[in-house]
Amino acid sequence: MDKAASQSYLNSHTNPKWTKGFMSWFMSTDHKRIGIMYAMAMFTFFFVAVCLGFVMKLQKMFPASSGWEIIPVEMYGSYFTLHAIIMIFLFIVPGAPAILGNFFLPLQIGAKDVAFPRVNLLSFWLYLFGATMAVTGVLLGGADTGWTFTPPYSINTRTISVLGIAFDSVSWMLTAAFILGWGTILTGINFIVTVHRMRAKGMGYFKMPLFTWSIYATSWLQVLATPVVGITLLMIVIERIMPVGFFNPAKGGDPILFQHLFWIYSHPAVYIMILPSMGLVSEIIPTNSQKPIFGYKSIAIASCSIAGVGYLLWAHHMFTTGMSDFAALLFSFLTFFVAIPTAIKVFNWTATLYKGSITLTPAMLFALAFIFNFSIGGLTGMFLGSLSTDIHLHDTDFVVAHFHYTMFGGAAFGLIGGVFHYFSKMFGKMYSMKWAKAGFGFMFIGFNALYFPMLLLGYYGMPRRYQTYPDIPIFNKLQLASTIGSWILVTGVIIVLAVWIHALLKGKRTSDPNPWNSSTIEWQTATPPTLFNFEVEPVITRDPYDYEAFRAEVKAGTSLGASHD
Amino acid sequence: MTDQVLAVEHHHDEVGTRLGFWLFLYTELFLFAAFFLVYAVYRSSHLEDFKLAAENLNTTIGAVNTVILLTSSLTMVLSLDALKKGSVKLAKILLLATVTLGVTFLIIKGFEWGAKFDHHIFLQTAKGIAAGQGSPLLTPGEEMLPVGQVLFFGLYFVMTGTHALHIIIGATWMLIVYFWISKGSINPENHGVLERCGLYWHLVDVIWIFLFPLYYLVA
Repeated sequence: MDKAASQSYLNSHTNPKWTKGFMSWFMSTDHKRIGIMYAMAMFTFFFVAVCLGFVMKLQKMFPASSGWEIIPVEMYGSYFTLHAIIMIFLFIVPGAPAILGNFFLPLQIGAKDVAFPRVNLLSFWLYLFGATMAVTGVLLGGADTGWTFTPPYSINTRTISVLGIAFDSVSWMLTAAFILGWGTILTGINFIVTVHRMRAKGMGYFKMPLFTWSIYATSWLQVLATPVVGITLLMIVIERIMPVGFFNPAKGGDPILFQHLFWIYSHPAVYIMILPSMGLVSEIIPTNSQKPIFGYKSIAIASCSIAGVGYLLWAHHMFTTGMSDFAALLFSFLTFFVAIPTAIKVFNWTATLYKGSITLTPAMLFALAFIFNFSIGGLTGMFLGSLSTDIHLHDTDFVVAHFHYTMFGGAAFGLIGGVFHYFSKMFGKMYSMKWAKAGFGFMFIGFNALYFPMLLLGYYGMPRRYQTYPDIPIFNKLQLASTIGSWILVTGVIIVLAVWIHALLKGKRTSDPNPWNSSTIEWQTATPPTLFNFEVEPVITRDPYDYEAFRAEVKAGTSLGASHD
Repeated sequence: MTDQVLAVEHHHDEVGTRLGFWLFLYTELFLFAAFFLVYAVYRSSHLEDFKLAAENLNTTIGAVNTVILLTSSLTMVLSLDALKKGSVKLAKILLLATVTLGVTFLIIKGFEWGAKFDHHIFLQTAKGIAAGQGSPLLTPGEEMLPVGQVLFFGLYFVMTGTHALHIIIGATWMLIVYFWISKGSINPENHGVLERCGLYWHLVDVIWIFLFPLYYLVA
C-alpha cells in the first residue's frame, strides 16, 4: 500500500496542484475536508445568529412603558429577519447533511468519496458565494420582510443601508437564497447518486446505517422541493424591479398563491432540517446503549414516509388566509398523519434504551435532550395543526416557541450531539468530557427556560414579530424568565463552541478508531480516516447494529478497525 | 500517490452520472412547473383577458419557431448517432447545425419581443419608469391594460425569457462540446457528455412545446 494513501486525510490530498495551507482545503474535492469546511462556516454563522437572538431577547425584557429600547422599533424587523435567514438558510437547512452527511455518508456505505466530488466542491463554493451575498446584503440595508418574504410587503418595502447608499438589498438577499438553494440541490443529487451507486460490496439498502437512510430521504426532499421556492423567490425579485404583478393585488396578482408556492418548499424544508438529526440520534442511541436499535426497518421506512407525507401538508401554515374549509380540513388531517411516522421513531428510540447498557456521553445527553425537546415541539405542533386552536395561536409567540423546540431543541441539539459523537473520528482529537457535559447542562436548562415561557406567552396572546408589549404582569414575568433563560442558553452555546475549539487546538491526540464501541462501519476504519477512507475495501456481512456479531468480531480481531493494529 | 490521485479524479461511473443528470433535469422541469402553475391559476381567474391578450401574439411566428426548435432536436439526435457510429465530422456538422437553429430561434424571438416593445408592451425597471421611459400599459395608471392582460404579458416575458436563457446556456454548452470533439476528448468511445448535452437540449425543446400552445394557440 502506498504510504501517502494510508496517511490520514489531514496530511494527504486529492488535488496534486494544491498540497499546502489554505488552498489545499479550498480546492480539495475530498468529502471529509469539504464537510469540515462547511462545519467551520456554519457554526460561525450559527454563533452570529445566536448573538442576534440574544439581543432580541434582551429587548423583550422591557415592556413599552419602561422606555428602554435596545433595538429601535424600525430596525426590529431587519433583526429578526437576519436572525432567521442566517439560522435557516445558512445553518439548519444545509447544516447536518453538509457537515456530517458529507463526512460520514461515504464512510457509512464504505465508499471512497461521494459520486461527484467536484460537484460537491462546487456546492460548497455556491454556499460560500450565497452566504457572502447574504452577509453583504445586511451591510447594504438588509431585509425587514421576515424570512418568508411574504408579498405584497416584500414587493414594496425599501430598506435603508447603513452605508447610506440606495440599494435594493431585499432583491439581493432573495438572490442569495436562490443561489444557496442551488448548492443544496446539487448536494442532494450528489448524495442520492452516491447511495444508489457507491455502496460497498454486501451493503444492501437495508444494511445501510440509519443516518445514511435519513440523509437519503433528506436528499430527495432537497431535490424535489427546492427548485419551486427558488423560482418563486426570483419572481419576487422580478416583481420588485419590473412592472409585472405575479403576487401584487394592485396588478391582479394573488399574494396567497405566493404563500402556497413558498410553503410547498418551506414545509418540506422543516423535514430537511429535522430528518438528518433524527438519523444522528438513531446512531448515538444504539451505540451508547450497546444494543441493536429497536425496529431498524421501521425507522428507515419512517424517514422516507416523513419525507413523503411532509411534502403534502404545506397549507397548514395558511389556515388563517381564508382558504376553503375543505382544504383546511384536509391539510389538518395530513398534519396529524405525519405525526405517526415521527412517533414511531420516538418510541423506537425509547425502546432501544430499555435494558440497554447506557453510557451518558455528551453525545448521548444531546440525543436524549433531542427526544425530550422534540416531543414538546412535535406535540405543540399538533395544537397548531388543529384548525380551531390555530386561529387563537396563529402569529403568537407560541408558534415561535414551537418551531424553536423542533428546530433548535431538536435539529440543532441533534447536530451538536452528532458532532460530539463523531469529533474524535473527524479530527483525531478528543475534547474535555467534563466541559462538554457542563455545556450540555447549560444549553438544556437555558433552552427550556427560554422557550417554555414563550409557549405560555403565546397562549396568553403575545404576538410574534413585535418589538415590545404592554405592561401586563403576566407578560412581564414570563418575558423576564425567558430572557434569563437566554443568558443560560448562550453560556451553554459558548461553552460548547469553546470545548470544540480547545479540543482542535490543544485536545489530546487519539488514534482510537472506535472510542464508543460502535458497530457501524465508519468506526471500523482509522482515526482520522485515510484519504480513501478504507485501506481495504470493506465487505459487509452483517446488519449495521448487530452488536453480538460486532463483539464477536472484536474478540476474534477480524473487524476492520482491529485489523489495523 | 499520483496514481491514487488520478484514480479518484478519473473515477467515472457512466450510469451514476446519467442518474445524477436526470435528477438535475427534473429540477429544471420543476423550476418551470412553478411558472406553469402560476399561469394555470391566473388563466382560470382571468380567462377572458388571457384570451384577448393572446390574440396579440403572432401564431405564425410561434409555429415557425416551434418547427425550428423541433428540427434542432432532430439534428442533435443525429449528431449523437453519427458520433456513436464513428463519423466524427458529420457529428460536428450536425452539432453546429443545432447551434445555428437555436440561435435562429433566438433571433426570431427577439423580433417578436421587439414588436411588443413597439406597442409599449415591455418590462421596464422602476428606475426607467421614473425617468419617463415607462411602459404605461403595464404599470398602474389610466392607460394600464386590464389586470388579466398585465399578468398575461408579465408571465409571457418572464417565461419565454427564462426559456431563452436556457437556449443560450444549451447553445454555449454545445459549442464547448464541439471544441472537445475537435480536441478528441469526446469521441465515439466516450460520448456521454454529448448525450447529456442532447438531453438538456431536448428538455429545453419540451418546455417550448408546452409554452407554444399555452401562449399562441389557446386564444
